[in-house]
This record gives sequence, structure tokens and C-alpha cells, in this order.
Amino acid sequence: MAKITFIQPDGTSETVDATVGQTVMEVAKLADVAGIEAECGGACACATCHVYVAEDWREKTGKAAEMEEDMLDFAFDVREESRLSCQIKVTEELDGLIVQVPNKQF
Amino acid sequence: MELPQNEFSDGPVETDVVIIGAGPVGLFAVFELGLLDIKCHLIDILDKVGGQCAELYPEKPIYDIPGLPVVSGQELTDRLMEQIKPFDPTFHLNERVDSLTKLDDGRFHLKTDVGRSFFCKVIVVGAGGGSFTPKRPPLQGIEGYEGTSVYYSVRRMEDFRDKDILVVGGGDSALDWTLSLQPIANSLTLLHRRDDFRAAPHSVEKMRELVALGQMRLMIGQMTSMDGVDGKLEGVTIKSKEGEERIAINTVLPFFGLTMKLGPIANWGLNLEENLIPVDTEKFETSEPGIFAIGDINTYPGKLKLILSGFHEAALMSQQAHRYIYPDKKLLFQYTTSSSNLQKKLGVK
Repeated sequence: MAKITFIQPDGTSETVDATVGQTVMEVAKLADVAGIEAECGGACACATCHVYVAEDWREKTGKAAEMEEDMLDFAFDVREESRLSCQIKVTEELDGLIVQVPNKQF
Repeated sequence: MELPQNEFSDGPVETDVVIIGAGPVGLFAVFELGLLDIKCHLIDILDKVGGQCAELYPEKPIYDIPGLPVVSGQELTDRLMEQIKPFDPTFHLNERVDSLTKLDDGRFHLKTDVGRSFFCKVIVVGAGGGSFTPKRPPLQGIEGYEGTSVYYSVRRMEDFRDKDILVVGGGDSALDWTLSLQPIANSLTLLHRRDDFRAAPHSVEKMRELVALGQMRLMIGQMTSMDGVDGKLEGVTIKSKEGEERIAINTVLPFFGLTMKLGPIANWGLNLEENLIPVDTEKFETSEPGIFAIGDINTYPGKLKLILSGFHEAALMSQQAHRYIYPDKKLLFQYTTSSSNLQKKLGVK
């Protein structure tokens, strides 16, 4: 079990339970977190599950792989801390992870 | 595998069934209908068949197609095309169905965005997540410039002559149009969020040569706002590592890929539930008799958005479609393994 906090653009946040092995996108979809669309269902093919990883967590989540970087080209307002949440696997280490949902997924 | 050819006839098309959407489920519907001697035309907004399988994940493995332990989106599409070949369906690609009306004689009239008309007895909506449409960058006021200064595709190159053009993106569309429009533009700037391009290496190389020669500009950054007067764009502000810069531009071509929108289906008078079309689970028919919905676009209690569910829906739908198309013919249930009649249709006997 791990807890993940999603912060909305308006500053509100919700913390939801995650199971190790799920992706952060799946966690968000299961909990109906607003702003995570995941149009392609997790195939790293649409860039509509874009999130910003909070500063303290970037080392643990790591950087986007090449294919994910390519997909991020289709996201908007991409930053240093941008990731596609379907490509972040929940581990015990990520218990407490904080990610921010962008203003718009396009 | 031969690529399906677009049919370029100007006159209206008359056929038994029009299938809207040439994804895996629409393609398999051709097979099930074909076994019942029903001819199909398929219309798809994409320039290729296969729907999401071909557009979103052609190389990704699919593991839940019965009998195929692993198959890529493109391979599944290719195999379906091979399977339906005996039924010789006609494809109309790059076309979007805009309107649907019921005629007094019970048939339906469809009209596409290129002005083509279709007359048919049965419509099968296999539109998946809706129509693929270009992604619109979420910049304030961008809608007001669309069609006058902001374009998501190039229909006529001439329209771009002597313009100050900003192309945004790093894939093949962005690079191809950069190279094609640069010679006729007054100025051309390519904007991409990183100095790394997905596009074909030789296009990137050519682009860099033009930049080195001073014939175009490459900027690394992202758009933050647009400004202009009366739908005429005058400038775009770009944020980069160095800070913000406004460049004078009157034409923008953003290439951020495609997204799925329900589109014109919403205006066809069908019952909708959260952008999905409710159907029964016996015939997969919509609120309008003669119009069916199969695959990801439909909804019913227990619905699963799986390709295999769509295949099942296609088979049951075909039974009812047969009743509409051949009201006087009795339908005899047959197996492809044993029926010489079906085998003849498949060209294996």
C-alpha cells in the first residue's frame, strides 16, 4: 500500500490509496481524480495523463524514458518535472508521492 | 498488404450498409455481414484503416485477442483486412460523416464533410472514441483565430504564400510542412519544446541546414499566448529557457497529435449517455431502428471496451441487419467450418 496525493490546478488536493504495481494513472482513474483522462488506456500513446511530479519526489520517480519524452511532445505546458502518469509504477518507495495535475490535458 | 484505395466517385453511393469507423470492430463487421451477403461501405476520418489500433498503438502488443497470444495493433489490422478481402468492401478514408437523415422510404441518407452522399438501409456506428481531431493548444482565444490564422492541416499550399508562419511541433507533420512551406513563406519559425525531434532524421537535418543558412528560425520553447485583432493573428508569445519573447506572426500551424471527440454523432438524434450510444444486447441496435452501434462507442449493462466484445457485437448485429436488408429471406445459421455456401463466399471452396 502507498498513498498518492493529487493536487488540482485550483490548489485542492486528494490523497488516495495505491497498490504497489499499479501505475499512477490507474490509481487516479480508479479514484476518479479529475484531470487525468488517459484516453489511450495506458499505452503511452496519447499524453492525456500528464502530471507534474513534486520537487522532493523527482529523484524517486526518475526521468521519462525516450518513448515517454516523445509522447510528452503532445502534452501542453511541459516542464522539467513533467511525466506521463501511466509510466510511473507505484512502489513502496513512492508512498507519499505528490503529483500536480496540469491546467488542461488538451 | 495492399493499402485500401479511396473511392473517388462524385455521385452518391448506394449500398446495403454503411459502417462509420474502420477500426477493428468495423472491419470485422464487414466479415459477419459479408457472410450474410450484405455489402458494405466504410467511412473513416483517418487516412488509414485500423482506428485506434493503427493510429495510437500500431506497434504495441495486444494480448487478449482470442487465439492470438500476442499481436500488434497494426498486425491485427492487417489480418482483419486479409480476412475481409473476399467481401470486397469499399473504403472512404479521410472523410467524416457530418449528417444523417432518415428518408420517407425507410432508407438513410448520410453526408460527409467532402460533400459525398450515401444512401443505405442500415447504418453501423463503429466509431470507437469518436472522430480523431487535431489537438487544440489550450491558449486563450485560440478558437477565434482558427480558419483565419490558425490551421491544423494544410489544404492548399498557396494559402500560406508570403505569410509569417509559426509551425509548432517536433514530429513528421511539423517538419514536413516546415520544409514545404519555407520556400513560399515570408518568414518561417519552427517551435518545439526540446531540441530533439521525433521526425525523420533527414528532415531534421534539412531543417537545421536552412536554419544555418538563415532562411528560417528554430526556437526551443512553448507558446504561452496569442494576440491579434478581429480574428487576425499578430503575434505569439513564447516561453523558453531564456525567458519570454513575443514574435510577430500571422499564421500558426500547431501539430500536437490527435484526440478523440464525439463530433457530429451528437447531432444525429440518437439517444446518448455520457457520449456513448446505448444499445440493446440482443441486436446492438440504437434508439433508431436500422442504426446499430458496436465497439467502444456503445454502452449497455456490463459493457467492456474490449476488441473481442466488439467482434461479438458485430456478429449479433449482422443477424438483425439481415432482417432489414432481406426481409423476405429466412436466415439459416451456418458454420464456416462446414457450410459449403459460406466457404464459397470466402473463396476457399
